[in-house]
Amino acid sequence: MTMTILELELKANEIRQDLIKMLVEAGSGHSAGPLDLADIFTALYFGDLLKYRPDDPRWEDRDRLVLSCGHTCPILYTTLIHAGILRQDELLTLRKLGSRLQGHPHFGDTPGIENTSGPLGQGMSVAVGMAIALKMNEKALPRLNRGARVYVVGSDGETQEGQTWEALMMAGNRKLDNLTYILDRNNIQIDGFTEKVQPVEPLYNKLKAFNFHVLEIDGNSMDQIIVAVKESWQIKGKPTVILANTIPGKGVDLMTGKFEWHGKPPNKDQGEEALKDLRTLGGRIIHEG
Amino acid sequence: MKDEVEIKACRDGFGDALLELGEENSNVVALCADLTESTRVEKFAKKFPQRFIECGVAEQNMMGVAAGLALSGKIPFVASYATFSPGRNWDQLRVSVCYSKANVKIIGAHAGISVGADGATHQALEDLAITRVLPNLIVLSPCDYFETFKAVKAAASWDGPVYIRFGREKTSVFTTTETPFEIGKANILSSGNKVTIIGTGPLVYNCLQVAKEVEDCEVINVHTLKPLDVGTIMSSARKTGAVVTVEEHQIIGGLHGAIAECLAQNFPVPIEAVGVDNTFGESGKPEELLRKYGIDSKAIVNAVKN
Repeated sequence: MTMTILELELKANEIRQDLIKMLVEAGSGHSAGPLDLADIFTALYFGDLLKYRPDDPRWEDRDRLVLSCGHTCPILYTTLIHAGILRQDELLTLRKLGSRLQGHPHFGDTPGIENTSGPLGQGMSVAVGMAIALKMNEKALPRLNRGARVYVVGSDGETQEGQTWEALMMAGNRKLDNLTYILDRNNIQIDGFTEKVQPVEPLYNKLKAFNFHVLEIDGNSMDQIIVAVKESWQIKGKPTVILANTIPGKGVDLMTGKFEWHGKPPNKDQGEEALKDLRTLGGRIIHEG
Repeated sequence: MKDEVEIKACRDGFGDALLELGEENSNVVALCADLTESTRVEKFAKKFPQRFIECGVAEQNMMGVAAGLALSGKIPFVASYATFSPGRNWDQLRVSVCYSKANVKIIGAHAGISVGADGATHQALEDLAITRVLPNLIVLSPCDYFETFKAVKAAASWDGPVYIRFGREKTSVFTTTETPFEIGKANILSSGNKVTIIGTGPLVYNCLQVAKEVEDCEVINVHTLKPLDVGTIMSSARKTGAVVTVEEHQIIGGLHGAIAECLAQNFPVPIEAVGVDNTFGESGKPEELLRKYGIDSKAIVNAVKN
């Protein structure tokens, strides 16, 4: 069932609301990044981009979504709940004892989680390994993993890690055109704005030099996300990176553009305020429905 | 046990086993970080170029790529020097491999002080300590060519991460194709009642030589540091009441650490350590270094007599 852009935007809004509820209950965790990634995750899972089967999360031909910036996992968990891969009753279990929703994602028993991440840079290499394996399997008889792609979501702070560039070097050199790297360029990290902490620019030119097909988009525009991901499918002989410029804390006024919200959750009152913001689209809708 | 022994390198046991595995199982892949010849991945790389991934000098990425391959059904062997892998990429080993139970086999070549001339930077004397502490990881330290061959084959059949360390030099081949090898099962190579000598790696041969000189020693080859064969070790310690550990590794955290923990928890007996004592190595010939750093046969004899 194909959703319209408007329907996708409404879905992203619902996911953001659940994300806030999840974070308030957890009492710790990251807010700004997961909020700004909500449009990207909604587009991937509900915009006919990512191939997956809710009833068969290990389906061989599925696309692999590798989250490299593991600290943004609340958006992955919330999206997986909406996609029917994780259970609705898990929403309020983030970071709690016995929960499958670990503070940073753990590959193992949790459906929909393709890799363990947290220490930055590691998912990039894992994604490269998966993309190589998929290419090997394409040539195998019988053919395995038909048409499967690897998507890796990474953060801009993560490009300060050396391992990230080791992995990107290999992806470019090996011409991994079955890899789409979505780089969340939200300009913040724990200690402040990236360009103050340890500048990462010029990212566009750096990635180009590493033999990537580079697309730069508004990462909070559903339309642009979909167009860019679909373009990445057409590129041969190179991996694609989508430099997604996003607004940290997107959708919640008190967090918007503030690096202070990188690594903390809203308290109960802030959560109420955030939910009100999201329900009224920042006050534009006067009567809450 | 043979009387006359030939000299052959453990790394050749790895290279030969890897080549055989390549023929047996199309899921076996190999990764190397610019050390293909010296780690002996070369034969596999030439025969199966499509399944060989040259990573360049980037060990962190190599470990992560291996994890991604393993999570996609491959059986990757990651080869480098032990100082670099797991030395440089321990975090990737911990998170992407061990915590995920990714089916990656890590080959730590050029381990020990006998690397010699390259000096302390290249002499891995800490690798057993940093691997032994990781959950889900099997830690193997084979004693000669044949045992390395068998360890590599066993690792490929094991479902989960395995670390295998071995040295650079040609060493005495004193086991045979028939000698049993089972992960987690220590081998008693010589029986005795007065003292138990527990060795790992090629120095086990020196332990056996010492057992010929000193009366009534029991020699155990602990090729599996983890999981440790507590049963075999404890029954020997209960019988002899004295233990000597022998390894080409820091005394802290390696075989001595493992055996001391085991004895302390079960049946404390006096224990002596032959190993590198909290210091870095230096350049020199292997035999000079083994002598200077107190891990040659003479040092074993002294420890046994104590």
